Amino acid sequence: MSLQQIERPFFVGREPHRQKSVAGLVRQASEAAGSFLSRYGVLLGFLTLWQVASSLGWINAAVFPPLGTIVAALWDGLVDGALLDDIAISLQRSGTAFVAAVLVAIPLGLFMGQVRAVERALDPILQVFRQTSALALYPVFILLLGLGEASKVFVIFWATLFPLLLNTIGGVKEVDKKLIEMARVYGASRLTVFRRVVLPGAVPSIFVGLRLSATTALLLLIASEMIGANKGVGFQVMNAQYNFQIPLMFAAILLLAALGLIANFALVALQRRLCRWSEVIG
Amino acid sequence: MTIAQSAQRGEVSIRDLSKSFAINGRSINVLKSLNLDVKPGECLVIVGASGSGKTTLLRVLAGLEQADGGRVLIDGAPVRGVGAERAVIFQEPRLLPWLTVLGNVTFGLEVRGIARAEAEERARGYIRLVGLGDFADAYPRQLSGGMAQRVGIARALTVQPEILLLDEPLGALDAMTKITMQEELARIWHEENVTMVVVTHDLEEAVYLADRVLILPKEKGDTTRLIDVDLPRPRDRSEIRFVRHREALLREFGLH
Ligand SMILES: Nc1ncnc2c1ncn2[C@@H]1O[C@H](COP(=O)(O)OP(=O)(O)OP(=O)(O)O)[C@@H](O)[C@H]1O
Ligand SMILES: [Mg+2]
Repeated sequence: MSLQQIERPFFVGREPHRQKSVAGLVRQASEAAGSFLSRYGVLLGFLTLWQVASSLGWINAAVFPPLGTIVAALWDGLVDGALLDDIAISLQRSGTAFVAAVLVAIPLGLFMGQVRAVERALDPILQVFRQTSALALYPVFILLLGLGEASKVFVIFWATLFPLLLNTIGGVKEVDKKLIEMARVYGASRLTVFRRVVLPGAVPSIFVGLRLSATTALLLLIASEMIGANKGVGFQVMNAQYNFQIPLMFAAILLLAALGLIANFALVALQRRLCRWSEVIG
Repeated sequence: MTIAQSAQRGEVSIRDLSKSFAINGRSINVLKSLNLDVKPGECLVIVGASGSGKTTLLRVLAGLEQADGGRVLIDGAPVRGVGAERAVIFQEPRLLPWLTVLGNVTFGLEVRGIARAEAEERARGYIRLVGLGDFADAYPRQLSGGMAQRVGIARALTVQPEILLLDEPLGALDAMTKITMQEELARIWHEENVTMVVVTHDLEEAVYLADRVLILPKEKGDTTRLIDVDLPRPRDRSEIRFVRHREALLREFGLH
């Protein structure tokens, strides 16, 4: 008996095309609707409940305005360009900090993960820095860098750096030693092992770090724009609350959430492209 | 170095080899003055109780572990680390998950600087040899355990080593797949004319593959023994002489 017969190959190519009958289309549509509902049903239910509860006065509409009012405020802000300016300046702050964190954390993390001595020497101070809240350090950054853009970007950078750095180090350290040994058996140099085994092996973990960092970069907008800012989505959240423009406040919050979702979506898409070999969990 | 070289390469000479490990401050002698010659093209199978040092011996031969005393010569030259004339097949396939079957099988050649086109051509031949011709573009996660192990075997063969070192290569496979893979290994060994050193727990596998079986001692008083298996090939497991050899091996372990 040949090997091929024992282990019946399963289908590697794409599935055979489904028949496109009317009944088939209907079934496909209802399947799609079903899977959409099972994923987003709870979210839709929550939004509906909010809308109904607020417009019927079950909850205080001054604190929780109906969704319609919030969306209208968002629309107005976008159309007259005020919120667009806020988005631009906020993205610039978060984006600069995020890019800086990527440029520092990934090379440093790859290096630290590779070289035991460096990792051992730097780990304690890293742990201390990591456990020190970026928010608590913000006043220090302001003292050092002034009230302008520099301190705002730096506090976001600080908070963004560590998730990425630690995940990169972890990714490098967790690469299967047996794979590294296998590469050595074939005569791979240290550099080749790094390029062909360690780096690709660390990519999924680096992406976890990227996604955490991107989220952090947007979360920190609120804090960084709380002091000494007159523009930005985070500033708008605080400002609208002071002025009791509650719909505008929620609009800004919604905007932050949307930016977070978009950033995460973009990173997941990139990861899917780079890591076709593994299952990417979105 | 002896000049009495045979035409074929792939000779392994083990001279007074010893190796010990320190475990909890206590030194354990795993290999004690082992002497052995593996002839070019021979298939030597190593058996022995768990912890008797089979993996350690194989890793020393591979150059992944350093001996404390004695030495290993390959075609007369002392072993210092890994070498291009040796390839190792581990118990696990150790495939790179981000490379396709083809990418994994060419890995060894590419590391050695062979151009991609040539590497792929050679690799495809060996992928067919192990019966995975239709799977060159599949990723490791799409393979069964037996298929993945065959990819590992193809990868080792592609670099065309003189000596193949195998540490329980079929240990993780189910009984059916194991038998086919044993036949496959025997065929590859025959066709590729390669020296093989195989570690196994499976005495039937030992008799099926081996020209000689090395039995490593477990207890202090035991001795290292070497048993000839001079049966015609391809071997027939149900034949009376095969069964006798298996039983003789079992007796060596005091199990019969
Ligand atoms: N890296 C190591 N450090 C310390 N001790 C080791 C190391 N590798 C092996 N040993 C010890 O050497 C002895 C032999 O181990 P080895 O792995 O060679 O056994 P084995 O014959 O392959 O066993 P098995 O059949 O279970 O695979 C064991 O007592 C083990 O504890
Ligand atoms: Mg072992």
